[in-house]
Amino acid sequence: MLDKNGIAKRIAKEVKDGYYVNLGIGIPTLVANFVRDDIEVEFQSENGVLGMGPFPFEGDEDADIINAGKQTITTLPGASFFDSATSFSMIRGQHVDLTILGAMEVSENGDIANWKIPGKMVKGMGGAMDLVASAENIIVAMMHTNRAGASKLLKSCSLPLTGVACVKKIVTNMAVLEVAQKGFKLLERAPGVSVEDIQNATEGHLIIDGDIPEMKL
Amino acid sequence: MINKEVANVVEALRGVSNSMTFMFGGFGLSGIPENAIAELVKLNVKDLTCISNNAGVDDFGLGLLLQQKQIKKMISSYVGENDEFERQMLSGELDVELIPQGTLAERARAAQAGFPAFYTPAGYGTEVAEGKETRDFDGKMYVLEHAFDADFGFIKAWKGDAAGNLIFKGTARNFNPNMCGAAKITVAEVEELVPVGELDPNQIHIPGIFVQRIFQGDHFEKRIEQRTVRQRNN
Repeated sequence: MLDKNGIAKRIAKEVKDGYYVNLGIGIPTLVANFVRDDIEVEFQSENGVLGMGPFPFEGDEDADIINAGKQTITTLPGASFFDSATSFSMIRGQHVDLTILGAMEVSENGDIANWKIPGKMVKGMGGAMDLVASAENIIVAMMHTNRAGASKLLKSCSLPLTGVACVKKIVTNMAVLEVAQKGFKLLERAPGVSVEDIQNATEGHLIIDGDIPEMKL
Repeated sequence: MINKEVANVVEALRGVSNSMTFMFGGFGLSGIPENAIAELVKLNVKDLTCISNNAGVDDFGLGLLLQQKQIKKMISSYVGENDEFERQMLSGELDVELIPQGTLAERARAAQAGFPAFYTPAGYGTEVAEGKETRDFDGKMYVLEHAFDADFGFIKAWKGDAAGNLIFKGTARNFNPNMCGAAKITVAEVEELVPVGELDPNQIHIPGIFVQRIFQGDHFEKRIEQRTVRQRNN
């Protein structure tokens, strides 16, 4: 079973040389820490920066330089700032190569829910609806089950949707899965996790085709 | 040169009244028009419709207007940082329209650019698209979204001049340039109002034609919402 850093580490292997990548808040943000340093990747934050660097050293924080999580950040050589309409032109216009975001629920046809729990939590969608509606390549980073132990990989989402039929790949603490024609196709198991464990934690249809390898991290 | 300079925030906000619709630049607490917000608190105008990506925090930004119950309706994309907001929304005191962030930016830009509406894929198949016209373009579905219609737009820029030209800094730029010229009256507050001619015309982000009033802000707190740092390795 992976922890959050383990999920981020596995997802980092999906990041290829020359990619522009948008990272969501939470586990996705950690992915930046594990990207190979022999490839060139630029991170976009939808509030208006391309070429995000690490957090600033203490004392160097600048209220005018933040990421979409409102955290103080730095920029790398070659970075640029731009307005929100330009930022979403990059996203809607499919100039961003990879989007990695968190989810509360994903359904077996690739629907995603991550912005609202009616009557309980209403934070808003931020840029998530724009991202999932336009991105060609979306990876969801999340725990396989919620805090109550219920599966987050469902036949159909119960929460208000963020986007329909858009998720391509899911990396959880238990597995790597692909959204296929007829369900979640199991690609890899997390270390120490059996196919049976994954089956038991997946409410939606799980496609198990041949031997399922363990993840290489 | 057409002079847009006004002496202070009081003059800049002349004409604001109850029940108006306002747009505010800013993302989180970065690039928010702090001086205009402080003056709106003083004026205590009520029943406002506010268009802003976020709603501030409890004791800063638009949170200050929420505290005084000046806002009737908020149009935002993300409001997770404000407990008073959540309380007013869940109790039904506050009307809230949550819309995708890119749609918010584009509805402002459409108003600026003279487009009445546009199609976007964001929100298709979700409750955001309910009651809206949808259309198929080349096999993909899109939702029709309309340009904003606001009385005042409150903008914060880094530098500006009396001609109304503006330059923004870092990610404090965000929605500010998109909202210039998107309301009937655009009011810009700047950290530094420089003499006309000092700004390089090649470097202007927003030409003065989109701004009706500009003033030197009195005080900018520029509060940091999430202070994240790394350790020095020596």
